[in-house]
Amino acid sequence: MKPAPFKYHRPTTLDEALAILAEVAEEDGRILAGGQTLVPMMALRLAYPPHLVDINAIPELARTRVEDGRLAIGALVRHADLQAPLGCPPLDGLLAEVASHIAHYPIRTRGTFCGSLANADPASEWCLVAATLGAEFVIRSADGTRSVGVEDYFQGVMATAIGPGEMLVEARLPLLPADSLWGFYEFSRRAGDFALGMALATLRLEGGVVGEARIGVGGAEEHPRRIAEAEAALVGRAPDEAAFRAAAAKAAAVIDPLEDHATDGTYRRELVETVVRRALSAAMAHRQARPRTEIEARS
Amino acid sequence: MNEKVDLTLTVNGQRHAIRVEPRKTLVDAIRDDCGQTGTHAGCEHGVCGACTILLDGEPVRSCLMFAIQCEGRDIRTVEGLANGNELHPLQQSFIDHHALQCGFCTPGFLMLAAGVLRKRPDIGDEELIDLLSSNLCRCTGYANIIKAVKAVRDGLAQA
Repeated sequence: MKPAPFKYHRPTTLDEALAILAEVAEEDGRILAGGQTLVPMMALRLAYPPHLVDINAIPELARTRVEDGRLAIGALVRHADLQAPLGCPPLDGLLAEVASHIAHYPIRTRGTFCGSLANADPASEWCLVAATLGAEFVIRSADGTRSVGVEDYFQGVMATAIGPGEMLVEARLPLLPADSLWGFYEFSRRAGDFALGMALATLRLEGGVVGEARIGVGGAEEHPRRIAEAEAALVGRAPDEAAFRAAAAKAAAVIDPLEDHATDGTYRRELVETVVRRALSAAMAHRQARPRTEIEARS
Repeated sequence: MNEKVDLTLTVNGQRHAIRVEPRKTLVDAIRDDCGQTGTHAGCEHGVCGACTILLDGEPVRSCLMFAIQCEGRDIRTVEGLANGNELHPLQQSFIDHHALQCGFCTPGFLMLAAGVLRKRPDIGDEELIDLLSSNLCRCTGYANIIKAVKAVRDGLAQA
């Protein structure tokens, strides 16, 4: 189908964009960034915003920068931009790996990191990264700027702290310490499909046991989140298969799974067990593949 | 809101002055207003890849952009691949490897492969197969499309 008519706005500065957004927000005017979710929704007539505020002519939004121990990602940074080294290892390696699971290349050349966060699909890989690593969300409107932590940002299926007239202008991810190990695992039925379940894990080892662990699960609940019970099951233990199984079983037990006609709760729980275990195994496999980590250098 | 706007699209180096509603997708403008019907509109919501074109050298789904966003951009479609009567190596390779049957998906696959091979002439097999999973083909079963693109890549490596 064809999208319904709309009025098109093409501001060239962020202030101009926010001023237009303030005027059209009440009528459900929307930001158009990559358009890889919004435009299909419009074609299917599931969305028919009367105004589109296209931010693609605002070059300052297309930048990433490393500042104060964080990687700041602007509203126009595309998925494909994050597949290249950004000079902040090991975080940029994690982002490149995760990006390769998002849809397909021609979608990644347009779709944006912040657009995925604003859309907040339960199966969004970037929402999983933001939830697991603890992102900060910089939200602006014509009235000012506010910063929202991950604990307040996600509010349900495709629901976030972004209000009418507001725009997510930047997301900031904490850099990973050099000795961090990370692993990601996603299951979907076909390459590029939405994830039915996925997990991201970051670990730091101290004296042969897990000192710090972050375990995030996505695609399985209303929004991706860290699973504290699974992390607790891992800390203080040697990073072996038995510990990974224990943490994965915890995650599977405590989630509140989404259900649909093809995927029931039991299936999602079992899938969560598998993806958590595989993400943790992947973290250890990465360690072996990277001889220059501090741990390897010492041994 | 239904007011038409004047804009100029540059398709394969040729400028087309057109007048369209803002809601007109790039694929529809290329076909209906610029008269270049080689680009095919399939699913019209970003799933099938038949409408893949190159925008400033990058493969994109032209059903997921509006024409009004593309003024001043370099748009390349399947009509721009051949050099006069000489087919592009990918076009010839698709023929040689029987990589098309009905041909509906072919322009999208050609532009996808052309865009990526230009940037990544040494792309590995696994990545290439993942890349070609971007687009749908309901005739060939993909094996021959993969063979055709690999053959061109391997030719580039020798050149």
